[in-house]
Amino acid sequence: MTDHKVKAALVGALRKAATRLPSDVVDALKAARKRETSSMAAAQLDAILENVAIAREGSVPMCQDTGIQTFFVEAGVDSPFLGRLKGWIAEAVVEATREIPLRPNTVDPFAATNPGDNSGRFMPFINWDLVDGDGVTITVLPKGGGSENMSTLKMLPPGVGLKGIKRAVVDHIVSCQGKPCPPTIVGVGIGGGADIALKLGKKAVLREIGTSHPEPAAAEMERELRELVNMSGVGAMGVGGDTTCLAVHVEYAHRHPASLPLGILVQCWADRRAGVRLAADGSVEVM
Amino acid sequence: MKRELTLPIDEAQTRELRVGDILTITGTIFTARDEAHLTMLEAHERGETLPFDPAQMALFHCGPVVRKTGDGWDVIAAGPTTSVRMELFEDRFLETFRSRIVIGKGGMGDKTQAALENVGAVYVHYTGGAGALAAQRIERVADVHWLDELGMPEAAWLFEVKAFGPLLVTMDSAGGNLYRDLDATIAENMKQIHARIEG
Repeated sequence: MTDHKVKAALVGALRKAATRLPSDVVDALKAARKRETSSMAAAQLDAILENVAIAREGSVPMCQDTGIQTFFVEAGVDSPFLGRLKGWIAEAVVEATREIPLRPNTVDPFAATNPGDNSGRFMPFINWDLVDGDGVTITVLPKGGGSENMSTLKMLPPGVGLKGIKRAVVDHIVSCQGKPCPPTIVGVGIGGGADIALKLGKKAVLREIGTSHPEPAAAEMERELRELVNMSGVGAMGVGGDTTCLAVHVEYAHRHPASLPLGILVQCWADRRAGVRLAADGSVEVM
Repeated sequence: MKRELTLPIDEAQTRELRVGDILTITGTIFTARDEAHLTMLEAHERGETLPFDPAQMALFHCGPVVRKTGDGWDVIAAGPTTSVRMELFEDRFLETFRSRIVIGKGGMGDKTQAALENVGAVYVHYTGGAGALAAQRIERVADVHWLDELGMPEAAWLFEVKAFGPLLVTMDSAGGNLYRDLDATIAENMKQIHARIEG
């Protein structure tokens, strides 16, 4: 019974993510439209907002690239379901691919074959965090190829300092121009190590637009980077305009004295995410 | 300037279009990504007649998600794909088949720009990711070619569309190019951005 309920909730979350853009993203797009002074960029934002409304009303995917399904699980150490989560997630992705439908996007890099159901080696990818308690929170981030291709890692010399970080982020995002389908959400991961900086950047993308990092120095960098990127004039879809990014989110870890890893994660305007909360008694809720 | 166009369209009309114009089009468009471009060019080189006339239609860089229904097809999502991949052969394609509107995402290179000037065509940008909006403006799938050989995303789909857009002219037949102009503006803005970071 729990099996069926949890899988149905996960399919529901995948459908919600593909078809309903979260309200914080819609609000940010509307605010950008209101501010926009270029008629060409305004036409892009109008088309995006109309597209989002059509997808929501018809419960159809908002973009033909329905992405690679990446999961973030906060698993309570006392949850009775820990051993079953991986199987449920994998089965839900296959089911959702058929039902919604999602585009089959997993390709074997050696054989160039596609299983046709978004399954595959290490796919769907699951990031695990153990937390206190007996509840489980599962978040899905379906991420398109166009924006993921614009994500990058820089191993900066620590001597460049915070100015060097700012310059690297702005130079990179501006050089992407229209390719990641702006206005984007930029996740900036600082420190840790090469893999950790990228992971922190991806986690930063998950945060709601309008929220700031709890620490003032990081929050200040978020605000400043957003302003600097938007001074570039790249604009919606790279046709020139006032809003190149909707938000910049920073996350950081302590670093090695010799290293300053910088992970830059780019998310397209279709910042799709949804989640499921699973309680110890087996009750589930789609978020 | 906003314009509502009906296909087929003649060269005199497309030669009037300029960078910054925002179009909607009604009529028949065909999709072609890398493989369909090559398939059509190869058929032409063998002296074969194509099953449809690209000069009468707009070319759309798109790999749609399409679902088979009882007696036809239902388009689920059909946003544009990145056009620059087709730069390798777009000039030859346009000069051979004379489609006068190219719909895509992100712009194209110098060879295509020259072909647009030569043929009297325009490149128009369609909003990336707007797959549901595009599907809504597709009234009917008129036909599909090379589906078995090329697969769903690469096949040539003929769509009857109504008020398809917004399509922003970003490269025109008079040498206008929005991307080139924008590069200069952005380079100027970057100087100020760097000054602020260093200041």
